[in-house]
Amino acid sequence: MLEIKNLHARIAEDGTEIIRGLNLTVKAGEVAAIMGPNGSGKSTLSYILSGRADYEVTEGDILYNGESILELDPAERASKGIFLAFQYPVEIPGVATMQFLKIAMNEQRKARGEDELTTPDFMRRVKEAAAKLKIDPAMLRRPLNVGFSGGEKKRAEILQMALLEPQLCILDETDSGLDIDALKIVADGVNALKTPDRAVIVITHYQRLLEYIVPDTVHVLYKGQVIRSGDKDLALELEANGYADIIGEAA
Amino acid sequence: MNIQTINRLTPAETALVEAYTAQVGELPGDGAVIGTRDRLLDDLKKSGLPTRRVEAWHYTDLKSLLRNVPAAAPTVSVDAIAPLVGDAQLLSVLQGTASEFVAIDGVEIAPFAAALSDGSAAAGLVALDKDDAIGKINGSFVRDGYSINVPAGTSVDAPIEIQAVHGAGQVHTRFPVTFGAGSNATIIERHQSATGEAAFVSTISELVLEEGAEAVFIILQQQGADDTHLGQVRVKLGRNAKLKLFVVNVGGKLVRQELRIDVEGEGSELTLRGVNLLGQETHTDVTLVLGHNVPHTNSTETFRNVVFDRAKGVFQGMIRVAPDAQKTDAKMACNTLLLTDDGEFAVKPELEIFADDVICGHGATVADIDKNHLYYLESRGIPERKARAMLVNAFVAEIVEELEDEKLVEALEGVISAWLEKHA
Repeated sequence: MLEIKNLHARIAEDGTEIIRGLNLTVKAGEVAAIMGPNGSGKSTLSYILSGRADYEVTEGDILYNGESILELDPAERASKGIFLAFQYPVEIPGVATMQFLKIAMNEQRKARGEDELTTPDFMRRVKEAAAKLKIDPAMLRRPLNVGFSGGEKKRAEILQMALLEPQLCILDETDSGLDIDALKIVADGVNALKTPDRAVIVITHYQRLLEYIVPDTVHVLYKGQVIRSGDKDLALELEANGYADIIGEAA
Repeated sequence: MNIQTINRLTPAETALVEAYTAQVGELPGDGAVIGTRDRLLDDLKKSGLPTRRVEAWHYTDLKSLLRNVPAAAPTVSVDAIAPLVGDAQLLSVLQGTASEFVAIDGVEIAPFAAALSDGSAAAGLVALDKDDAIGKINGSFVRDGYSINVPAGTSVDAPIEIQAVHGAGQVHTRFPVTFGAGSNATIIERHQSATGEAAFVSTISELVLEEGAEAVFIILQQQGADDTHLGQVRVKLGRNAKLKLFVVNVGGKLVRQELRIDVEGEGSELTLRGVNLLGQETHTDVTLVLGHNVPHTNSTETFRNVVFDRAKGVFQGMIRVAPDAQKTDAKMACNTLLLTDDGEFAVKPELEIFADDVICGHGATVADIDKNHLYYLESRGIPERKARAMLVNAFVAEIVEELEDEKLVEALEGVISAWLEKHA
């Protein structure tokens, strides 16, 4: 589903190279964990996959379902089924959460040539998905993410993911700032979305989240490259020994 | 009459003088009113239209911006339009003349022309100061409008819409409104071009809120792309009175909205909000002069401006706190979204504080759309154009939502979305 080939990318504004020859393949149905120390380029990779304009790809390619997505803007990528759950979702005063959800769902449907949702159909979907994530309906009446706690923001991201039904889900440190109960709810939400034709990339610092969202593959990112790949045992090894050994081997 | 040395008149000034000469015989007014009109016009002729050298007009050089003034055309025929909110009670002014209207329960209403004819309006036809060009122009030319009195203790449920619709020509209207003690009403003052042909409009509203009155007053300026709109609101706020004053500018070529507000009663509260949507090659100036003249009064002033194309905007906000106006609490903010390189917005906040125990502050921001907000919306599949429109809408919707009345909020948001749809 996703094939990243020798990717090099830098910050557009100052030219700092962050991703330096990254290779990664994620298949449909797979849960891939990306781990790595601070500053290794994990979040940057998620932004580049979603099409954020602050980064420039200078070399290599990103193939999604066999086609390059480098020329697509973030909205086009989203409509094709790429979803990034942000580590720090922004608060947008004045934009009502429900209105936002409806517009996002319908714009994606329009882009795919599908009919827009009727209001009752939309309301039903939101109600069901929110209940599963134990999201208080009062939260949905507030402006987008405004005044949400850290945990509420993460749940709201997963709610969006559930409603938008993406093919490639990227979770950027979704576990940060969550207590154990919230972590379970969020993990259940992600697990409920696992299907044979959907892939999940979980970016995390800690093994903790991977106890609930069990990865098929684990990749260690360091200085903008994948320096080691393995199965879920690799995450346990990292938890026990830290990154120093692996970084030492790679260097 | 002594003729003093006067500046050479500009074409616009000449047109005003000629329009006056042509109309003075048929403008309503008794001897006192005509005498006042003559004096005001004479004064205007002597001072000329204000230039940038006049402090209050520094950013709006009316003499150079007002290129010409169309001839008065009082017989042009236009029709009233649907009210902003469905249940509003309509008072229309068509091409500057008050229409026949349906009486509104509990409210005293009379065409302003009547007050001109019987002379009772003469005392109010004044310029507030030597630079009050709007006072001079409107005082000279005013033809009609409505005098509205909401008697003490009266609650008017449905909003009243004063609807001034015009075609080409000149329109000069005046709306004195008294909200009696303990009364409660919502009034919408709407200015709209019916044809889009150039018009020159001056209008003055005089709001008096007596003790404990609560009023919502909304000015919705939807003039045409070639119109000049010179508006002034004179407000006197009595003891424990509460006024929510909303000014929405979504039209006009050359616009000046002056808000001259005197907070004169202890315990009174002013909520002033403004939305200015500016596009094309237009010039829009909102000038506030707010006097907190007595102790224990509150006010908040918030303006949100969006600038497209080559539009220019001005906000001058002067708050004066009188020496004995202790415990005044006033907060002013002016936030601008500047969406083009060719647009401009000038902000001049001024605080003159003569009392020592007050809270008084102001803030101004000018920014583009927040890139992080835009990226977030796009990352959810909302195309850039749509995402931008949502964010611009959100920026002004926050202000409109403060009106609380759902129908009004919805109607104004509709006006705003329609404007953005056309200009963004």
